[in-house]
Amino acid sequence: MELARIEELIKKYFQGETTLAEEKQLKQYFSTETVAAHLEHYKPLFNYLTVNDKELFNKELSLPSKKRFSVAWIAIAASLVFFGGLFAYLNYKPSPAPAQVVSDLGSFDSPEEAFEETQKALALLSENVNEGVESIAYLKEYEKSKQLIFKK
Amino acid sequence: MNQNEFIHLIEPFKDKVFRLAKRLLVSSEEAQDATQDILVKLWDKKNGLEQYNNLEALAMTMTKNYCLDQLKSKRASNLKIVHTNFTDREAGLDQKMEDQDSWSWVEKIINDLPEQQKLIIQMRDIEQYDFEEIAKMLDMNETAIRVALSRARKTIREKMTKTHQYGIS
Repeated sequence: MELARIEELIKKYFQGETTLAEEKQLKQYFSTETVAAHLEHYKPLFNYLTVNDKELFNKELSLPSKKRFSVAWIAIAASLVFFGGLFAYLNYKPSPAPAQVVSDLGSFDSPEEAFEETQKALALLSENVNEGVESIAYLKEYEKSKQLIFKK
Repeated sequence: MNQNEFIHLIEPFKDKVFRLAKRLLVSSEEAQDATQDILVKLWDKKNGLEQYNNLEALAMTMTKNYCLDQLKSKRASNLKIVHTNFTDREAGLDQKMEDQDSWSWVEKIINDLPEQQKLIIQMRDIEQYDFEEIAKMLDMNETAIRVALSRARKTIREKMTKTHQYGIS
C-alpha cells in the first residue's frame, strides 16, 4: 500500500472519520515490519489496539441455578396461614359432644343389675390391687436382711 | 431458557463485557467480578430477554452503567485517602522501567483518558463497533461520538509523540 494513502488514513483516523474497514487497513499496515520511519511512533498504538482484544473472560461463570424464594411469595404464604387460623378461630363453636360422650357410657335398666356390675368391677379392681401388694411383700424380706446386716 | 442456552447466548460478547469492564475498572479482578455480576443480572431477567433485539448492546450498556456506578462509589469512599496522599509525584524507578515498554505506555495513556473517551476508544478501536451501535449503547448521538473519539485519539497521539521525542532514552 502506498505511503500517501496511509498518511491520508492516519489523518482521517485522528479526525474520527475513518470507517471500520479503513481502521483495519491501518492496523494491518502497522503490524507489518515495513513501517515508514516517520510513522514508526504510531506503531505501538495500533499494535496495542490490535492485540488488546485477545484478552478473554476465562473465569468460571456461576449462575444461581434456582431463583431465590421471592419475599412476595413468603408473604403470601404467611398471610394464608394467618387468615386460615383466624377463620378457624372465629368459627370455632364448642360442640355439644361432651354430653353425648357421657350418655354413651351405657346404663342399666334395673338397679339390681347395676349393683351387680358395680360389685364386679370393684372386685376386679381390688383383686389387681392385692396382686400388687403381694409382690411388694418381697421387699419386706430385703428390709429384714438389711436390718440384720446394718444393726442399729 | 436453561443454563446451556444462556451460556451459548452470551458467548459472543462476554469477553467484550470483560474487556470493557477492565478498561474502566483497570484491575482484572474487579473486572471479573463486574462481568460475573452483569451476566448474573442478565440471567436473572432471562425470561424478558426475548424482547431485546440486541442483547449484546444491552449487555454493553449495562456494563458501562455498572462500572461507572462502581467508580463513583469507589471515589466517594476514597475521598479521604486522596487528601492524605502526599507521596512523591515522580514515577518510581520500576514505573519508569515499565514505561519503556511502549504498549504499557499506550495502555496507561488510554487509562488516563476521561471515562467517556475510554469507553469510546474501547468500543471503537478495540471492539470495532460501528458508530450506530456505539450511539445506541452509550445513548449519545453519532456526531458527539466522533468528536469524542477524535479528541481521545489526538490526546493519545500527543502523549505518545511526547514520549517518542523525550522519553525512552
